Amino acid sequence: MSFKNTLLNGTEGIFKPDGLTPMQKLTLRFVVVGVLFYGLTAIEGMMMRMLQVDVHSIPGIDAAHYFAIMTAHPLVGIIGSSYSIVFGAFLFLVPFLMKKPLFSIKMGNWTFLLVTFGTLTFWGSAFITHYAPLYTLYWPLPADFSQFSPVGGAFFVLGIALVMVGTILFVINIFKTITYVPEGEKREASGRSMLASATGFSWAESIFRKKSKRREHLVSLPVAAIARGTVDTLLNAGIITFTGVLILVYMVAEIFGTSLKDTAIDALLYKNWFWWGLDLIADGLVLIFVAGTWYLLATLITGKKLYMANIARLALWVELVVSWTVWSHHLMSDQAQPGILKLVSGEFVTAFELITQGLAFFITIITLWSARPLKMTNPLKFLLGGLLGFGLAVPAGIIQADLGLNRILHNTQWIIGPHVHVAILVGLTMTLYSAIYFLLPILTNGAKLYSQKLANIHFWLHIVGGIGMGAFMGMAGMKGMLRRTLYYEGEYNTFMILAAFAGALLLVAFFIFLFNIVMTVGIKGLLGIFMPAKNKTKDLLPAQE
Amino acid sequence: MVDSSVVLNGQTIAYTIYAVVVILFMLAIGYMLTREGKAGVLKTSLFSALVVFLIILGVSLHIATNVTIPWVKIDLDRHNLTADKVVNIKVANHEFKLPEETITAKVGDLVLFDVVSYDLTYGFGIFRKDNTMVAQMQVVPGHRNDLLWKFEKPGEYTIRSTEYSGPSGHQMIIKNAIVITK
Repeated sequence: MSFKNTLLNGTEGIFKPDGLTPMQKLTLRFVVVGVLFYGLTAIEGMMMRMLQVDVHSIPGIDAAHYFAIMTAHPLVGIIGSSYSIVFGAFLFLVPFLMKKPLFSIKMGNWTFLLVTFGTLTFWGSAFITHYAPLYTLYWPLPADFSQFSPVGGAFFVLGIALVMVGTILFVINIFKTITYVPEGEKREASGRSMLASATGFSWAESIFRKKSKRREHLVSLPVAAIARGTVDTLLNAGIITFTGVLILVYMVAEIFGTSLKDTAIDALLYKNWFWWGLDLIADGLVLIFVAGTWYLLATLITGKKLYMANIARLALWVELVVSWTVWSHHLMSDQAQPGILKLVSGEFVTAFELITQGLAFFITIITLWSARPLKMTNPLKFLLGGLLGFGLAVPAGIIQADLGLNRILHNTQWIIGPHVHVAILVGLTMTLYSAIYFLLPILTNGAKLYSQKLANIHFWLHIVGGIGMGAFMGMAGMKGMLRRTLYYEGEYNTFMILAAFAGALLLVAFFIFLFNIVMTVGIKGLLGIFMPAKNKTKDLLPAQE
Repeated sequence: MVDSSVVLNGQTIAYTIYAVVVILFMLAIGYMLTREGKAGVLKTSLFSALVVFLIILGVSLHIATNVTIPWVKIDLDRHNLTADKVVNIKVANHEFKLPEETITAKVGDLVLFDVVSYDLTYGFGIFRKDNTMVAQMQVVPGHRNDLLWKFEKPGEYTIRSTEYSGPSGHQMIIKNAIVITK
C-alpha cells in the first residue's frame, strides 16, 4: 500500500470503523481524546521547559501567561488525558471481566462529552483570561480579584464542574455495572453484597471470623481494584465540586459588585480540606488503579494466576484506607499544622505507600517471572517501564514526606521532578500505554500496528526522556530551585537545558506514537470512531461470524 | 547543628545510588524474562520477609532522619526553646517587610523568624549565595508561622518566597537580607 493510502485507510485497510460496536467506539473515543490531551499537555510542558531556560524564549508569553499554562498543564494532563483513558478503559474492562454489558452506554457517552468539553472549557479560560491560581488553589488566591478576572475564574470553575459531573456519571456506571443483573439472567448475589465485596468492606468485616466461615470474593481482583479506586474518584469529585461552588460564590458576588470577605474562610483549614481531597487522586485512585492494571496486565500477558492474589487484594484495601489519611504530608512546612498530624499522617501513614506499592511491584514481577520465557511484546515492555517509574517515584515521595527533609525540599523541583513527573510520565503513562497496546487489537477488531520499529523508538525515547527530565529537575531542586516560579538570571541553566532536551525526547516520542497509531487505523478510521455506531448491540465485541 | 547542605548532599548520593540500582534491576528483569530458565515463584517465607523488609524500610527512614537531622527536634520543641534573636517579618501585597534593613545574628544563635501574612499564602525561604536552600516554611494568613533556626556558617543569606501567590508574587526576593557573623 502507498503511504497516502495507508494514511487514509490504515495499515492494509484492516481497520473498519463501521464494524465497531457502540462499546468499542465509546472506549476508542475516550482513548483518542485522552491521547490528544496528553499531546497538549506535552506541548505545554515543553513550552514551560523552554521558559525555564530563558524567560524570553517564546515571544508573547509573559509571566501571567506562564502561570496560566502552569495552572492548566497538570489539570489537562490528569483530568483531560489520564481520566479519559482510564474511564474509557474501565468502562470497557469492568463489563468485559464480569461478562455482561455496561449498565449504560448512553451514560458513558455523557461522561465522555462532559470530560472532553469540561477540559476544553477550563483550559480555554486559563488560556484566554490567564486565570492562574494553580491546581492547589491556596485560599484566598482563587478569589484574589486584584490578580485574576472573576469572569475567567467562573468559566474555569464551570469547566472543572462539567468534568466532575462526568466523573460522577462514570462512578454510577461502574458501580451499577458491578451490581445490576442483565435482563433474562438470574441474580446470584445481591447488589449490596457485590458492592461490599468489590470495595473490600465485606472482607474487612469477615476478617474477625474463622477462616472457614469467611465469605468468598464475588468479583475478580481487577474489578475490585477498579471499584476501590472508584470510591476515591467519587470522594474526590465531591471535594472538588464543593470547593468549586465555594469559589464560585465569591466570583459571582464580585461580578455583581459585592466583594465578600475572604477571611471568612480559614486558610489552613481550607488547605487541609483541599489536600485531603487532592490526595484521593495522587495517593489514592492513581496508585489503586495502577496496581489493579498491573495485576490485570500481568495475568493477561502470562496467562497465569496472580501471585499472592489475596495479599494483593489486601494491599489494595490498605491503600484505600491509606489514601484517606495521608494528606498531611503536604503540610509538613505549615508551622500551624499540629505536629502529631505531621508525624502520624504526614510521615508514618505515608510510609505505608512504600509497602502497598512495593507489594504491587513485586507481585507483578513475580507473576511475570512465573511464565518465563516471555516475548518482549509492547504491553510487556511498557508494563516494565511503568513498574520502573513507580519504583523510582514512590521512594522519592517518601523522602520528601519527612519532617527533616521537607524543610529543605518543599516546593523545590525535587518534588515535581523525580516524584511527580517520574510517577506520572513514566509510572502512570507507560502503564496506560501498555494497556493501550494490549487493547488496540481487541478494540479495533484486529487492526495491525503500522510499525513495530516506531513502537520501539517510542518506548526508548519516552522512558529516557521521562527519567532524564525528572532527574535533571531533581538535581536542580537539590540546588535550591523552586517549582512555582521563574528565574531570570540563568541560575539553573545547566540543569534546565538538560531537562529541556529530555522533555524534547518525550515530545518526539509522543508524535512518533501518534503517527504510528494514525497510520494503523487511518484518518478515515480515526474520524469513523466519532461517527454513530451502525451496529446497535449492547455486546462489547461484534458477534463472531 | 549540621548544615542543611550536608543533608542535601547525602540525600543526593543515597537516592542516586538507589535509582541506579533500580534501573539496573529492571533492565536485568526485562532481559531475564525473555530467556529460558527456571520459572518458579517466590517461596511464601521469602515473600513474607520482603513484606517485613518494606515495613522496616518505610518506618526506619523517618526514625533515622528524626534522630539524625537536628532541626527536627528544634522544630518540634520550638515552643519550649528560648530564641537568641526574634525577627518579626510582615508580608502583604507580595512584599516582605523586614524589621531592619539587614537582619544580623551570630553562628550558633537560635534565630526565631516570626512571619505574618496579611493577605495571601506565601512562603518564607532562606537561601545561600549559590541559591541552595537553607530552610523554608509556608506563610499562611491568619496563623502563626514561626521558624526557629540555627545558622552553622557565616555569610549573607537571601530571603525569597517559596510559595506561589499569583503572578505578582514570583519575584519576592530580598538579596543579602540576613548576615551571619562568626
